[in-house]
Amino acid sequence: MTTFTVNGEERTVDVPGDTPLLWVLRDELKLTGTKFGCGVAQCGACTVMLDGTTRRSCVTPVSTLEGADIRTIEGLDSPEAQAVQAAWTAIDVPQCGWCQSGQVVSAAALLYEIPNPTDEQIDQAMAGNICRCASYVRIRQAIKDAAKTLEG
Amino acid sequence: MTITQNRRNFLASSLGLVIAVSLPMRGRAQSGAALAFQPDGTDATFAPNAFIRVAEDDTVTVIIKHIEFGQGPMTGLSTLVAEEMDADWGQMRAESAPADDEKYKNLLFGLQATGGSTAMANSYTQMRKAGAAARAMLVQAAAEEWGVDASTITIANGVLTSGDKTSTFGPLAAKAAKLTPPEDPAVKNPKDFVLIGKDRPKLDSYAKSTGQAVFTMDMDLPDMEYVVIRHAPMLGGTVASFDDTEAMKVPGVTAVRQIPQGIAVYATSTYAALSGRSALTVDWDDSNAETRSSAQMMDDFVNLAASGELLVAEEAGDIDATLTDAAQVIETEFRFPFLAHAPMEPLDAVIQVKDGSAETWGGYQFPGFDKQAVATNLGIDAANVKLNVMLAGGSFGRRAQPTAQIGNEIGAIAKAAGRDGAWKLIWTREDDLAGGFYRPMTVHKMRGALDAEGNILGWHNVVVNQSIMAGGPMEQMMEDGKDPTSYEGSTKMPYDLANLRVNWVRAESPVPVLWWRSVGHTHTGYATEVFLDQLLEAGGKDPVQGRLDLLKSDMTRDRAVLEKVAAMAGWDGQKVKGNKGYGVALHESFNTYVAQIAEVEDRDGFPHVTKVWCAVDCGVAVNPNVIRAQMEGGIGFGIGSVLFNALTLGEGGNVVEQNFDDYRMIRINEMPAVEVEIIESSMDPTGVGEPGLPPVGPAVANAWRALTGTNVTTLPFKTPAGA
Repeated sequence: MTTFTVNGEERTVDVPGDTPLLWVLRDELKLTGTKFGCGVAQCGACTVMLDGTTRRSCVTPVSTLEGADIRTIEGLDSPEAQAVQAAWTAIDVPQCGWCQSGQVVSAAALLYEIPNPTDEQIDQAMAGNICRCASYVRIRQAIKDAAKTLEG
Repeated sequence: MTITQNRRNFLASSLGLVIAVSLPMRGRAQSGAALAFQPDGTDATFAPNAFIRVAEDDTVTVIIKHIEFGQGPMTGLSTLVAEEMDADWGQMRAESAPADDEKYKNLLFGLQATGGSTAMANSYTQMRKAGAAARAMLVQAAAEEWGVDASTITIANGVLTSGDKTSTFGPLAAKAAKLTPPEDPAVKNPKDFVLIGKDRPKLDSYAKSTGQAVFTMDMDLPDMEYVVIRHAPMLGGTVASFDDTEAMKVPGVTAVRQIPQGIAVYATSTYAALSGRSALTVDWDDSNAETRSSAQMMDDFVNLAASGELLVAEEAGDIDATLTDAAQVIETEFRFPFLAHAPMEPLDAVIQVKDGSAETWGGYQFPGFDKQAVATNLGIDAANVKLNVMLAGGSFGRRAQPTAQIGNEIGAIAKAAGRDGAWKLIWTREDDLAGGFYRPMTVHKMRGALDAEGNILGWHNVVVNQSIMAGGPMEQMMEDGKDPTSYEGSTKMPYDLANLRVNWVRAESPVPVLWWRSVGHTHTGYATEVFLDQLLEAGGKDPVQGRLDLLKSDMTRDRAVLEKVAAMAGWDGQKVKGNKGYGVALHESFNTYVAQIAEVEDRDGFPHVTKVWCAVDCGVAVNPNVIRAQMEGGIGFGIGSVLFNALTLGEGGNVVEQNFDDYRMIRINEMPAVEVEIIESSMDPTGVGEPGLPPVGPAVANAWRALTGTNVTTLPFKTPAGA
């Protein structure tokens, strides 16, 4: 049994300790916004916030999460996340959409750390998130748009 | 799958699933009444045809016959309907059509199918007429309701007006539903378009930015089990025997069954199924498998270019004499590897079987084939199978399966379970990359003849690869034993080459091959546009002017995109400026004309693409924003592939690249800036999902050759892990 908080709610799961958080979220807690893309922390589709930093849930065993604070795409509500999602929608970043939950989580985390990132900082922070549709031009633009919104 | 624009509206299907929501934009259907849409349309007040439903709350739902995997048909086809109905964009909704090869057939293919960048091309007139019919019926209903002549009624932004009378669509829906649809309603003159040609928000962007869009893998059904399959590691291999003793000891594993595709592990969670699969012991029969390495196969293909059966795909003039008499003959051999599609959502499907009927959900691209495959596997009539086409996390051709690969797998899983129930099949990335159905490995052996002034006199190209169509239901589309998808783009070039021959040699292998974003053009675009650039260079010609001079006089659309892109990039004939090289390429595919110029730097001996200019002519630009997005995406996809990607068979035939750590995707730091311009046109629209890809590889290669002198003829640029 492992108990942790997901999107502000305390959850207890009874699964083998080596079960990756990704499958706990998707199969047990039915939070399917977090996506499976590779299973080896190469693509970023499964990115969630864990105790305030981004984490690849596909390689995070649930046994390490006792007392952890997890936030998924479904529970993102920071000003950064809202600005990112609005910017994503405004310029139609998503194509197929599968990777975009992970992209949004990573982008919101970036803006929390660096409110006004340069192109290089964006590239560095987002390089762990693959978009097979190559929506990268718009991801860059949307992050800058969101940064502008947050500046007010 | 329904996409709505209103975050408060979400559609609950008969299974209690919460399906997508969308834009936080002003929409009029805020009441929640749009919930009423059910896939069978019974709650729509007015359904003038198989494509449109109008409800009393004013929402207009368009039934989209093409699968949405990012290329934009939900938005694109809805635009056509909205345009002819004079609807407001805020009242539009989109929903995937169920499997029905008659009602929802691709008019270019004769069955329900998405592919060949045809969604807009084959739907343009059909969907506009569907919208025009609905409009005419609403007008007639209003005329009767108000006692006015129909000719006095105008519609704008979803509001009908005659004198001081006005109405939205909803209140007229019941009356309109009783009218007979007009048989051949007139459609608008393009000069009167209000929505077509203008940017507007895509219907699915919000749901996909908030994690709310529901894909196949996100499905959940009561008592559903999770299934993974151990497929043969060798392409063409089969199960000899297996031992599931250890697998069955894994907590959560409920069953292990042999099916035609391998060994299926059933469990109460994905992770249990994966753990069970890891614990399986399987002996394989590789007697029919490909046991050559891809390096050996490539050697064989190169030999076939010289000694195989050379079928003639195209011929003009006398190429043999031209080559003999030429002042200079240039020869280049291009080698293209296998490539995997690697859609971000790996293959998957869900099925529910109950009392002799089945319902399945999946990213089905040829849904009629999959529906029949499910029925055949279960031994039931196809009429008892309901197939739902879901949003798919990419395809790039992978889900366009003439073999009904996924319909067969999910059907076999349900059959082998031997009971009623619900199952979700999940492929891992390793299943995906090692699972075959690759872009065919290809050789282009090219010879060009120049005269003493450097003019191109002749062109000979021998293409060697496996056939995609042979051996399946598509074989009937082959002509005289030739598969045009093997060499399309190397024939019918826009250039005036009086002496020309294109040969095709069919290679054979147990490795299954498939169409991969832009199909034959993936390699023909590269080979022809790099080789042409070499010939122009050898002849002392400018890459842009040299191409313009070579274009046949009637190739006006090719000419226009090339001139446009040269203007965009400020082309001045200098192929190198400072530390940057510039390369150009022009390639038409799927009746869409694209020219690109790439700007490339040398970073530690490897190209870094900093900018790509792109001019595209796809006829009427229905959704300019979608067109630009597809050009951007095609460019990124293409650059990643030529720079990094090869799917390699190692010694003995095992697939080397098993995940993204060695099958390397382009990442954001490798993505150039992209500038797209769309040629204004009144021609009927053509596709954009694929045509942005073919020119970028050769544009980058030509820039790299200009910058470094290195002509890259064996792809990818970067040596793959398995070589």
